[in-house]
Amino acid sequence: MSNIPNDLKYATSHEWVRDEGNGVYTVGITEHAQDLLGDMVFVELPDVGDVVAQGDDVAVAESVKAASDIYAPISGEVVAVNDALNDSPELVNSSPYAEGWMFKIKASDASELAGLLDAAGYQSVVDEE
Amino acid sequence: MAQKTVLFAKHVECGAKMVDFHGWDMPLNYGSQIEEHHNVRQDAGMFDVSHMTIVDLKGPNTRNFLRYLLANDVNKLTVSGKALYSGMLNEAGGVIDDLIVYFLTEDFFRLVVNSATREKDLAWINQQAAAFNVTVTERPEFAMIAVQGPQAKAKVATLLTEEQKAAVAGMKPFFGVQAGSLFIATTGYTGEDGYEISLPNEEAADFWQKLLDAGVKPAGLGARDTLRLEAGMNLYGQDMDETVSPLAANMGWTIAWEPSDRNFIGRAALEQQKAAGTMKLVGLVMEQKGVLRHGQKVVTEGGEGEITSGTFSPTLGFSIAMARVPASTGDTAEVDIRGKLVQVKVVKPNFVRMGKKVI
Repeated sequence: MSNIPNDLKYATSHEWVRDEGNGVYTVGITEHAQDLLGDMVFVELPDVGDVVAQGDDVAVAESVKAASDIYAPISGEVVAVNDALNDSPELVNSSPYAEGWMFKIKASDASELAGLLDAAGYQSVVDEE
Repeated sequence: MAQKTVLFAKHVECGAKMVDFHGWDMPLNYGSQIEEHHNVRQDAGMFDVSHMTIVDLKGPNTRNFLRYLLANDVNKLTVSGKALYSGMLNEAGGVIDDLIVYFLTEDFFRLVVNSATREKDLAWINQQAAAFNVTVTERPEFAMIAVQGPQAKAKVATLLTEEQKAAVAGMKPFFGVQAGSLFIATTGYTGEDGYEISLPNEEAADFWQKLLDAGVKPAGLGARDTLRLEAGMNLYGQDMDETVSPLAANMGWTIAWEPSDRNFIGRAALEQQKAAGTMKLVGLVMEQKGVLRHGQKVVTEGGEGEITSGTFSPTLGFSIAMARVPASTGDTAEVDIRGKLVQVKVVKPNFVRMGKKVI
């Protein structure tokens, strides 16, 4: 069974979102997503300062299996990226919810958060696959 | 319902992620395909290849039959046990399958063919064999385990009887020998030392467990693909098929043109293709970030080509590929990666052998 922490929000496209306070949200991909993709070999991250809209493809996760777009789950400005992934993309596999985070967004429209899934909602997305 | 090999329960026990592979339920990986890849390059790994098809050919005319059936010439096989890699072509010179043929005795040769092509291969072989009075017998009662890596032979040796050890002692690459219940061959699909071992289905799970106990780690289809690609070995259905000439699939070396009076299936078409010229299969290397993938377009001065197999090379740390490109292609080309043209190096399709970089 895949690990889906209760304290996170989720997009149907398998990103998770963590509220860090002050309108900043950390984004990564779920354990289920990394398991589908297999061993990660490169992660192409956005640039700090990029302004992104909800649903934009902003990063690419390249695994042994495929290149997958990572979508911005909310709109805002990218305020940090996880540079550790440049040398250690496998962190996305070993620690998808912690060391394997991808980028942080300063939200421009807090109302978008309400449209994301909670853990139970994401679980049903996974179950339907 | 997908078919299962006799090792299915062992794969589940080993934590395999199972996937459908041309109708067979096979292990993709047992956790990390990159770790499995490194383990084969550095130590010893094993693959369940029981889905592959073993076909025994018997009869006094078997050698003549194979000289007609295959593009390579089994007259190169003069010592019992010696094996040969060959394409089996249709009349148009397309590749029906690639296979390994073992010469066992003058009236007994063994083929190992791909699983995805099993039905059409058997139909074709049977159709062609009729005129030669060769009997064609599939051997589904055998499982097959490939043990590969620099420590593979030493670890297998711990499971062998004295007689079996004597049978494989000093065996050169591309030989096979029946030793007790094991048919042990010095072949593989990784570019490493090792064996491919055929054995009765009922002994396979126990043998697998003994290999595990001897420190051989299981490896799945994912690692098998990155290992064979690093070794520059073709994958049937991806790097070539019935629509592709062996000349355009880096298989020119497997065509025995001499003696010129040997008639084999596809010869006339191949001679025309050779005279007219064909595309060629090359290796591509991309040292920057990103991964070359099957189906991506290759742009060269002489025209367009296509990546037939692409991957991230765990041994090299960057991406490699095989691509079919115009014959005029030089040292560089461009690949369309998700809409961006990226420059790549063009090399011989052979990247890693015996754990060492060869590009």
